[in-house]
Amino acid sequence: MTLHTRSVAELAAGLAAKQFSAVELAQHYLARIEAGNPALNAFVTISAERALADARRADAARAAGRAGPLTGVPLAHKDIFCTDGIRTTCGSKMLDTFVAPYDATVAERLQVAGTVLLGKTNMDEFAMGSSNETSYYGAVKNPWNLRKVPGGSSGGSAAAVAARLAPVATGTDTGGSIRQPAALVGISGLKPTYGRVSRYGMVAFASSLDQAGILAPSAEDCAILLGAIAGFDPRDSTSVDRPVPDYLAELRAPLKGVRLGLLKEFLEGGLEAATGALVQAAIAELQSLGATLVDVSCPSLPLSVPAYYVVAPAECSSNLSRFDGIRFGHRCKQPRDLLDLYRRSRGEGFGAEVKRRIMTGTYVLSAGYYDAYYLKAQKVRSLISAEFKQAFTRADVLVGPTAPTPAFDIGAKVDDPITMYLNDIYTIGANLAGLPAMSVPCGFVDDLPVGLQLVGPHFGESRILAAAHAYQLATDFHRRLPASCA
Amino acid sequence: MSLTRNDVEGIAHLARLEITEPELPVYVASLSKILAFVEQLNAADTAAVEPMAHPLEGETQRLRPDAVTERDQHEKYQANAAEVAAGLYVVPKVIE
Repeated sequence: MTLHTRSVAELAAGLAAKQFSAVELAQHYLARIEAGNPALNAFVTISAERALADARRADAARAAGRAGPLTGVPLAHKDIFCTDGIRTTCGSKMLDTFVAPYDATVAERLQVAGTVLLGKTNMDEFAMGSSNETSYYGAVKNPWNLRKVPGGSSGGSAAAVAARLAPVATGTDTGGSIRQPAALVGISGLKPTYGRVSRYGMVAFASSLDQAGILAPSAEDCAILLGAIAGFDPRDSTSVDRPVPDYLAELRAPLKGVRLGLLKEFLEGGLEAATGALVQAAIAELQSLGATLVDVSCPSLPLSVPAYYVVAPAECSSNLSRFDGIRFGHRCKQPRDLLDLYRRSRGEGFGAEVKRRIMTGTYVLSAGYYDAYYLKAQKVRSLISAEFKQAFTRADVLVGPTAPTPAFDIGAKVDDPITMYLNDIYTIGANLAGLPAMSVPCGFVDDLPVGLQLVGPHFGESRILAAAHAYQLATDFHRRLPASCA
Repeated sequence: MSLTRNDVEGIAHLARLEITEPELPVYVASLSKILAFVEQLNAADTAAVEPMAHPLEGETQRLRPDAVTERDQHEKYQANAAEVAAGLYVVPKVIE
């Protein structure tokens, strides 16, 4: 058995049994990155020295009998998480030379857990995109077909895990940015409940929607990593102070009697027939494992994309006002005056999609338009949230597709923002309502992976993880690798 | 909703973004399209609906005691700035 075909759980077991050392494991993945990354462009920064130092520390901890379950496990961080001493670009020219003076809580917790940092992954600029084409560092390629996008915005993390350049990676999900790329590259991706994981040190995009999560080969691996990053953090004012369950133990909850809710609206909205058929087959598989199926509806869900494209740009225009060319980030050459410094530093530092969203947000928040756009969108958000709550009185887990189609061609949707935005039609609802949701591989259309989405009630991560785990015990889609990576 | 060049120039000024001449018509077209798209929201009857302020019911923004929790690391923080002098950020002259 080669190392990189193992799941995180299997790698951790191998390390514990001393089949290989953390240094050997880190060297194995660094060699895979060196060989595989030029074609995929999944990494913005490869932190080889840091990885080997982390690995030596992990081996020393194990020798001293101080190893934990993740000691020596390599991983990659989406380049939105601040890492002390290693640059954090957020996929933007604005932060091309930015070196964070502190670690994000997610990065810190995973380092304390003994993991080994391989590098920082490529992403859509400031996490704004669904194809990883808006990155200042260039598009990421889908390991299943290099002409296709890997999805976005966590496209680098997704491609890196799919090609096993890293056994697991962190991501963030504001409108589907973990789940949609996970679906498009055939891996498992979990967006936890809003407030479950600290966002301290995670570059802010839309603060009422952003949440950190995991991209991994399996639901079991997502459970292991979630246990390490979840929990209260006083440094994030939206962090929720609730105990963290033992996600790994709760993974084994049986599917028997679990009520799956099939949202009527999940079968509309441009769902391609072949993708829909695979999702239906996956639901049938879950039923054969003991789950029951109920029809539910969330009639306002079709309005989730327009509501999102008011709320998210509004919050982004506010959050990104911190990039002023003065304290950090790109600064233009020879500013005439302060206004010129602001305008040119921001005009040069931000890419086209980021500027489009800042301007959309500035407009919907401007005097005379606030009620018509922002307040209206927040009310529609209440409607959607209430409808989800109603659906969860009849169902334990909602199921449906993650994205309407498999991966599309690089360049196919860059000129039409609306077509691009509609890729997230099935994922945005969970962000608007703050719900935990995940995507797991459920088959292939023309050799491209398709994802099944599972949505749970607030703090119902264990439920969706257990359903996904039961599905993965009965199927092997999550074990398939692109031909070039096997 | 259709925006004009003037509208987009006004928005860009509010957002402190320099938009170049060739970029302008692209933003006029795409921002108009986005605003037309989000107008679907008007179809929803929200007369009796409260706007959603927080994704988790009953949760509110937590406040912390107003006490010093950070140590002074200004040199490390200012290492990311384009221009610093005597521990201060340098900007073009603001007051004539």
